[in-house]
Amino acid sequence: MTMDCCESPMASATSRRALLLGGASFAAWAYLPKFARAADGRDPRLVVVILRGALDGLATVAPIGDPDYAGLHGSIALRTDGLNAAVMLDSFFALHPAMPAFARMYREKKAAVIHAVATSYRDRSHFDGQDVLESGFAGPGRVQSGWLNRALENLPRGDRVMRALAVGPTTPLVLRGSAPTVGWAPVALPQAADDTAMRLAELYQHRDPALATALTQGLQLDKAAQGDDMKPKPGTNGVAAMRLVARGAAKLMAADDGPRIGALAFDGWDTHANEGGPVGRLAQLLSGLDGALAEFESGLGERWRDTVIVVATEFGRTARINGTEGTDHGTGTIALLAGGAVKGGRMIADWPGLKLANLYQGRDLAPTADLRAVMKGVLHDQFGLGERVLAEQVFPDSAPVKPMKGLVA
Amino acid sequence: MARDSQAALVALNRFGFGARGGASGDFVNAASDPRGFVKAELSRPNGVLLEVPGLSSTPALGKAVFDYQFEIKQARDAASKSGAPATATEGPPQQASPDARVQRRNLSLSSIAKDITAKEPAKESAKEMAMQTAENGSASATMAPAETMQPAAAKPPPQPLNIIQKTFRAEALARLQRATIADCGFAERLVVFWSNHFCISANKGPLARMWAGSFEREAIRPHVLGRFVDMLQAVEQHPAMLFFLDNQQSLGPDSRAGVNRNRGLNENLAREIMELHTLGVGGGYSQDDVTSLARIITGWTYAGRQGQLGTPGTFVFNANAHQPGAQRVMGKIYEANGVAQGEAVLADIARHPSTAKFVATKFARHFTADEPPPSLVARLQDVFTKSDGDLKALATGLVDSDEAWQAPLTKLRSPYEFLVASGRLLARNPEDAGRYLNGLNVLGQPLWSPAGPNGFPDTNAAWAAPEGIKLRLDISAQIASNLADRIDPRDLLELVAADAASPETRRTIERAESRQQALALLLMSPEFQRR
Repeated sequence: MTMDCCESPMASATSRRALLLGGASFAAWAYLPKFARAADGRDPRLVVVILRGALDGLATVAPIGDPDYAGLHGSIALRTDGLNAAVMLDSFFALHPAMPAFARMYREKKAAVIHAVATSYRDRSHFDGQDVLESGFAGPGRVQSGWLNRALENLPRGDRVMRALAVGPTTPLVLRGSAPTVGWAPVALPQAADDTAMRLAELYQHRDPALATALTQGLQLDKAAQGDDMKPKPGTNGVAAMRLVARGAAKLMAADDGPRIGALAFDGWDTHANEGGPVGRLAQLLSGLDGALAEFESGLGERWRDTVIVVATEFGRTARINGTEGTDHGTGTIALLAGGAVKGGRMIADWPGLKLANLYQGRDLAPTADLRAVMKGVLHDQFGLGERVLAEQVFPDSAPVKPMKGLVA
Repeated sequence: MARDSQAALVALNRFGFGARGGASGDFVNAASDPRGFVKAELSRPNGVLLEVPGLSSTPALGKAVFDYQFEIKQARDAASKSGAPATATEGPPQQASPDARVQRRNLSLSSIAKDITAKEPAKESAKEMAMQTAENGSASATMAPAETMQPAAAKPPPQPLNIIQKTFRAEALARLQRATIADCGFAERLVVFWSNHFCISANKGPLARMWAGSFEREAIRPHVLGRFVDMLQAVEQHPAMLFFLDNQQSLGPDSRAGVNRNRGLNENLAREIMELHTLGVGGGYSQDDVTSLARIITGWTYAGRQGQLGTPGTFVFNANAHQPGAQRVMGKIYEANGVAQGEAVLADIARHPSTAKFVATKFARHFTADEPPPSLVARLQDVFTKSDGDLKALATGLVDSDEAWQAPLTKLRSPYEFLVASGRLLARNPEDAGRYLNGLNVLGQPLWSPAGPNGFPDTNAAWAAPEGIKLRLDISAQIASNLADRIDPRDLLELVAADAASPETRRTIERAESRQQALALLLMSPEFQRR
């Protein structure tokens, strides 16, 4: 059977696997030009990490200096003395002890925290909250495309980056849309024969273009990321798995012709009961996240210098612990920035206070910053996207939300 | 005999689990009377119940797991007293992982294929791969040191399954076998739909894993062709749901227990009842309504090992934990009335117009398209309302609609549907659930273990992702490679789609260089993957 339909390198006499593993991994299909900022010769990278389930920002970066914090957070409040002490970031805020790598980056001025931040969503559904966070629209229900994909679309032609990288078995909404993306998940299985894959690709091209695209991308990325020790199960968030996912993504993004933009999601942050304070369930998750950030730092190597990682979640949790040593769905929370390009060592917060009268609906940390301002600031500084494009295309109808300037060094 | 092959494809794939192989005649039967073929399963008395020897009730399973945990605790206590390491018995039963070590058994993809194709294990060893994880989903396996997941690592000796793992597999096997042998599979598809709507996650802990199957058998199946309100009441009072959404921990702040123990409310179950089980987001409820409902259902719990409140593992109403007094929910006052206070709220929100709309939309989306025809949604909403939530009427309304038959086959089979359909086509009744369970893990749909209380996604965006398709291809190739030369893929194509198969698919299969390759391509063909 001839494969005269195929225009990819799969059709050549060389086997696809040999070709890809031979070092030509991305070049073989990187028909889009490599992105580089002409102005300063930097080659910026951006990773968006979504924490699904709504991170307790008050438990991660604790306002130790707020007289109401310890009472509200009760048995799970962080302390700065004793065993598992939180790390003071400035004279007011302290970082959870499970995040030593982030603490070091912060000291090295390569990490920053934005506190009392939220999207424009004010209700308490995870799924709507995630839609808003990832779609970039002001309200829920818009799930056709994500803001990161639209940002990609609006990069100047000719300077367009490689396809963005979606890490995991499914593409997160933030990266869905018309700009091309590739997916990769760290899982090893017996491989189907190249020839079988080629024939299937041909069938799909004629009968099912959507599956053709998915299959081709799935094959390419998997091959490119092979050759190391990443064999966790998909869709899981153990500490080790979070690190391995980040290691694989960093490897792909470190390549000269690798993706410049990536997105991944970690589940499990919905801590209704037994959240734990300095140790326990949340501490485990934060330790995994911290490990993932460290993997990006080491895996990106030279590229780390030009990288910004943004960690965000759909909303926060109640300021007061509930009846089961956990927290329920709340509003204000944190966003984290890490990376060599971050102008770090800073807490960025217009602190609203935790007095009952200052809490949103008497329950939650009141948001004083819009998460879109953070994202806009990063996209502006990293990729030169203009305010108008950000306000109309990337985050529609968001003109009043000005980009937070100066987040990138 | 009139034959409508396109309609047969819809009947088998959209509504069911695909045609069975062997001499079933499914495709011919479906083609001669497509609607009748689908609806036949709705009129079988008790056809949705799953009563299999060896499967126990929730209280019996509760007792078994309570006893098991107690034994382990005692063994550990004894060991720590004597200074000896606590080995011998199984791993820690608490929290997400019943046992991390047992999971590194040889449940690889090639094994799933093996179970479907039933080939000699000896020939598979060379293909055994790195995925030495097991059915138990996430936490445990990934918490293991990374090096244990590497292909080079020596396999640990197999360990006996503990009671939790045995139960989970037995429940899974019963469900898989039922789906594999059903004529059309429409009733089982309805079970899967409702089970996902009212999902729990077996990853919540040993009790949830133990009860995942009995929850579905007791709270879902009896009502799949009954009334929505009855399913709702059964689900929200089932120990598995109460455990999954933390309600057994929730105490009325002013209840006797709440005052004494200085613990209080947990809104988790109340919120998901309104958001995910009935009204839907934007369904007209407020935060105050959620909190009120949370107060109302305080005391809804299950009896523990000691049986102080009742038979261990049964639903009980603990008046000591119940928030006293009347509550207002969505503008209506519910007087203090014990457990009946909460039942009255459920009865009302089950009949709320938002619930009808939410359920009708989700139902239509599952069976027709990610963006279901508005006329179909409207009709199903109307059926739901006028029949007072009669779910058999809802299913019948779907099959009787023209939209459900005319919509193009654009939805991708879920991983569960794909694996079951493969087993059916190859006429292999599963003998070991482990291999299917592993396949579901790999494809991102671990059985009874969705990542959140909203269940597994139901859109192409979720399942037709690059990595997912690539993994399906690998699984198909494994199934095919294990099958040797015992089947003719051209014959199977007739069973799958007959003359509804596209010329391209037919040609691709006919021109394949081997039977194995042809079968892999058939399993990946649009005719097999789309529904």
